[in-house]
Amino acid sequence: MEWLERNVPKLVLAPSFVAILVFVYGFIAWTAWISLTKSKLMPRYEIDGLGQYTRLFAAPRWDVAMNNLYIFGALFIIISMLIGLMLAIFLDQKIRAEGVLRTIYLYPMALSLIVTGTAWKWILNPGLGIQDMMRDWGFANFTFDWLIRPEMAIYTVVIAAVWQASGFVMALFLAGLRSVDTEIIRAAQVDGIPTRRIYTAIIIPTMAPIFLSAFIVLAHLAIKAFDLVIALTNGGPGYATDLPATYMYAMAFSRGDLGQAAASAMIMMMVIFAIVVPYLYSELRPRRDQ
Amino acid sequence: MKTVLAASTAMMLAVPAMAEPTAEVLHWWTSGGEAKSVAVLQDQFKAEGGTWTDMPVAGGGGDAAMTALRARVLAGNAPTAVQLKGPAIQEWYEETGLADISAVAEENGWADVLPEQLAAHMKCEDQWCAAPVNVHRVNWIWGNKKILDDNGITMPATWEEFNAAAEKLKAAGITPLAHGGQNWQDATVFETVVLGLGGPEFYQKALVDLDPEALKSDTMKQVFDELRTLRGYVDDNFSGRDWNLATAMVMNGEAAFQIMGDWAKGEFLAAGKQPGVDFVCWPTPGNGFLYNVDSFAFFEVEGDDKQQGQQLLAKLIVGPEFQKTFNLNKGSIPARTDVALDEFDDCAKQSSADMNADAGDGSLLPSYAHGMALRGAQAGAITDVVTAFFNSDMSSDDAVQQLADAVANSM
Repeated sequence: MEWLERNVPKLVLAPSFVAILVFVYGFIAWTAWISLTKSKLMPRYEIDGLGQYTRLFAAPRWDVAMNNLYIFGALFIIISMLIGLMLAIFLDQKIRAEGVLRTIYLYPMALSLIVTGTAWKWILNPGLGIQDMMRDWGFANFTFDWLIRPEMAIYTVVIAAVWQASGFVMALFLAGLRSVDTEIIRAAQVDGIPTRRIYTAIIIPTMAPIFLSAFIVLAHLAIKAFDLVIALTNGGPGYATDLPATYMYAMAFSRGDLGQAAASAMIMMMVIFAIVVPYLYSELRPRRDQ
Repeated sequence: MKTVLAASTAMMLAVPAMAEPTAEVLHWWTSGGEAKSVAVLQDQFKAEGGTWTDMPVAGGGGDAAMTALRARVLAGNAPTAVQLKGPAIQEWYEETGLADISAVAEENGWADVLPEQLAAHMKCEDQWCAAPVNVHRVNWIWGNKKILDDNGITMPATWEEFNAAAEKLKAAGITPLAHGGQNWQDATVFETVVLGLGGPEFYQKALVDLDPEALKSDTMKQVFDELRTLRGYVDDNFSGRDWNLATAMVMNGEAAFQIMGDWAKGEFLAAGKQPGVDFVCWPTPGNGFLYNVDSFAFFEVEGDDKQQGQQLLAKLIVGPEFQKTFNLNKGSIPARTDVALDEFDDCAKQSSADMNADAGDGSLLPSYAHGMALRGAQAGAITDVVTAFFNSDMSSDDAVQQLADAVANSM
């Protein structure tokens, strides 16, 4: 009985632990293995060296995909956080119908990225959407054709992604704003400190953990972004809006080039590690003040 | 039929239960006309006493079906027959092996009724391992008859003529070329230009043999120059447009031409348009025939019922009756050269006549854009360069260099 009491938590956790060990870490190891082989249509297991990585880095399309990831990731994270914070601060002013507004802003998150992508594809299409509408209204020279310009198309992906995610970031920040100790704010108000100062010097610094969480959530959304690109541009024009995830999909499922797909997946994972490991390190390190 | 009966009688004597031919068929013919076409095969198979298990996997132009196939093969339980085409058949043969259906092929004299080039795709080393269903011609140019007549344009025989006609149309305010900016459509236009400007021999060297000299040659530069010119004839809204929407533009008189395989014909016919009256089909400028052949490959399976199913299926697929009904539904032409074409439309008749003529002089060639000429990695590498070129302001010199590099890198 006593043994059972001691071991029930372990027993209950064991199945999910094993499942994660096999299906997450096991398959990461398998992918790493495949990335070192000459696998084409089907997996092969003879180790061949780093040939797949050499091929990967020699492919211009992979360069475009990685550059797009940096552009998309940076702009998506920064703009979503700025808009999210702004919305949260405005909503925090004890305004009327806050609940309704909050729901409206949060709603895009409830949509599937495929829906977002398709809708924005129509909105941004020069012959159907904004450009056409503005021209119909009499602005004959109005041009907004980013979607079909290879050098600008990646920014349309940013627009759609920001639209989708900033409401969610707003909700995170709003919760953060509400959790700041009101006593401190009141004290600051009594001292006659202007509201802008209260936000920049007191509230936002105390929300640092929320910023970190928002950053981690957005960063992994950015790296695994796939369905949005598929629906919005399908990687086009040409392959101008390819991201590492769409590159990997094309290699694995359209081209029968498993080794290449595995190599690109490993690089993606390393990018994620580069972001997440410092975070984990800072989270898990024993705090001196505790 | 007799042989099947005889075989099954022999089976009955040998084993207590009679083995019925069964087939599990993996394919991605799920849209209206295609589903109807595959139902024809299903009915014939059932009429011969077989049990048919349909395994349609829609999506991604066959990508989803290939993923399903991979899972089944890895699990050691391959379907009886799989819709596969081009060099992918040989690639699968090297990976896992395919069933030998030479007995059926020889009994039914496939070698005599299939053009030699097509038959080569159906063989793995020296044995037959796949059965061809149809032949799509890729290098068609479709024209809106009314627009062409109004502007006094005849179908172009050379790319210069095409350019001249396009300039005239552009001046008249009509989009000369309906095109969708999807990479396979870019690749389709590219390969027809390679064939038209370089000729069949150059096409063979560049896109089938992947000869680096040919890929970097001046002819290839001219091909890219022409592609750049064609880009100017496409409207601004072409990004991501599906091919059938581009066909609709020609149908509705918004555009004059479209370069597309003969599946476009199905769109015209479905809208009640008549070949020669409302629309014109014409081979793209230059000499040659680019084919896209659908076929079924047969994996190695255990059990008499399944093996019999394969034999029966192979026999039916290449049989004249199925070839006719299926291709009437699908809009392609029979792979067999001895099927009467009376019920087919004029475009199909011309396609068939050209195929037979070109089979003799080496200008019957596999389409690279539709996975008939090259394996996935190489074809994809070329398409990447072509689509990047078409959608940017890359120079032709850079393009040929990138082309050669990409092909070398994909090996």
